[in-house]
Amino acid sequence: MTKSATLEVKDGKIRQAINGFLKDLFAKKVVKAMLVPLAHPAGTNVVQALISDPANLDNADVYAPVMPVNSAKILQAMTRLTPTDRKTAVVLRPCEMRAVVELIKLKQVQPDNLIFIGIDCPGAYSVKNYPKFVSEKKTSDDFVKAGFMWADDAMLRAGCQICEYPYPLTADISIGMLGLEPGKVILQADTAQGEAALKTLGFSIDTDSDIAKKRQAALTKLAADVKERRKKFFAKTKEEIGGIEKLTKVFASCIKCQNCRQACPVCYCRECVFISPTFELESDKYLRQAEKKGGIRMPADTLLFHLTRMNHMGNSCVGCGACEEACPNDIPLLKLFQLIGSEAQELFGYVPGRNVEEPLPASAFREKEFEWIGEK
Amino acid sequence: MAEKKEQFEPKIIGFLCNWCTASAADLAGTTRAQYPPNMHPIRVMCSGTVDPMYVLKALLSGADSVMIGGCHPGDCHYVSGNYKARRKIAMLKQIFKSLGLDENRIWLRWISASEGPEFARFIRQITEETRKQGPSPMASDWTV
Ligand code: SF4
Ligand code: SF4
Ligand code: FES
Repeated sequence: MTKSATLEVKDGKIRQAINGFLKDLFAKKVVKAMLVPLAHPAGTNVVQALISDPANLDNADVYAPVMPVNSAKILQAMTRLTPTDRKTAVVLRPCEMRAVVELIKLKQVQPDNLIFIGIDCPGAYSVKNYPKFVSEKKTSDDFVKAGFMWADDAMLRAGCQICEYPYPLTADISIGMLGLEPGKVILQADTAQGEAALKTLGFSIDTDSDIAKKRQAALTKLAADVKERRKKFFAKTKEEIGGIEKLTKVFASCIKCQNCRQACPVCYCRECVFISPTFELESDKYLRQAEKKGGIRMPADTLLFHLTRMNHMGNSCVGCGACEEACPNDIPLLKLFQLIGSEAQELFGYVPGRNVEEPLPASAFREKEFEWIGEK
Repeated sequence: MAEKKEQFEPKIIGFLCNWCTASAADLAGTTRAQYPPNMHPIRVMCSGTVDPMYVLKALLSGADSVMIGGCHPGDCHYVSGNYKARRKIAMLKQIFKSLGLDENRIWLRWISASEGPEFARFIRQITEETRKQGPSPMASDWTV
């Protein structure tokens, strides 16, 4: 059952209509603060900002195709120590929302008093490519009206091109456009909190409206298409990187800066083991390792770092691609982490970000499972 | 004259739970059960403490295979460490499969403190199997 309202869009100005809705959340006192993407005055980026003055919303541009930082990371910084004490809206993309859910499970985000506004997501470009989009005098309205074309826009980030869930799974309110005519926007309330907010704003809520059903049908079709696209993508990836020889080639240009880990929203440890004393070794330990093989690549443990990260957070990988964006040497990390992530998630029947009540695979078990592993 | 080909001696690292498999190893020793010397044991307090990182470190640093020995399901000294170990190893093996690496070099086994003969039998098995697999390509690769 869907509950939704139509957002009126005047003269095809989608950005303006959405910003009006966001302003209304302040005006009707639903929220006192908002984490929302604002166009940077430089014109070259759209960055998340935490605002208390709704006047800032003139610069809001939630559909601008750029995602500099995964917002889950921002919420971790903001709420890990204390939850917010006043209602705060968070406007975010579906992959950011899914990462937030993972961080709530990991006790890194405290969601009290947050109201999540998700968007149907047409994808994003790299921060370094966004100015190109701007210089062609394109706007976010042009971008969404062109349709949702993950497979056909080669400039989109790798993760967006194979995104499994380009629509919010658990937001309070979803800004819905998928499958609708260009310029049509619905606000779907997916929780009681979301519904109450829309009512306070004076929207009349329809149950299972035709337009909401149309979007739902589009999501179902999309899921099937994406599944096919991902299957092909992973088969190709396996050919490209399968086996130790090819795998070490992929990481040949890695400088072990660990930017990928730093940017990943679900790599949550406060102090990564790879920068802890565990890996501060005396010289003779390095030399002994070198003696075993005749030589070792330095900095040491490069592949160990990546394989360990895959084991520790592969089940929570939401495919946002922040890792790949952060890599100075263009290592195709998204590909690797989505390959291992999706296959591991399938093994455990787990979908990161699907449900905050669903336990992380590493913290749960069943007495009867994987019995072939201990027995063979 | 053909040189006699030297038999490949695999290097195996074993993470053995203090409460079961490590004791089984002692028992196998005191009862003089015969098994090959290829497995280098590391005593841990529970199979659940073996982070995949340690298994990976062994495999990337020269081990041809790795075993983890824990208490039988239901018998873990810390109640559920072995079940969690099984999930970690399932994850590790799945990642190896996805990446085209050889997951058959990773072995998890339940061997209780009284199973000295089973311990000896398993060490013979893993040594033989690893010998058949041959040297692990990761073990000698300096670029990992
Ligand atoms: S591994 Fe990469 S794609 Fe996956 S959640 Fe982390 S940053 Fe996003
Ligand atoms: S960001 Fe790139 S270069 Fe840096 S550690 Fe990660 S993969 Fe290596
Ligand atoms: S104590 Fe032996 S496996 Fe946990």
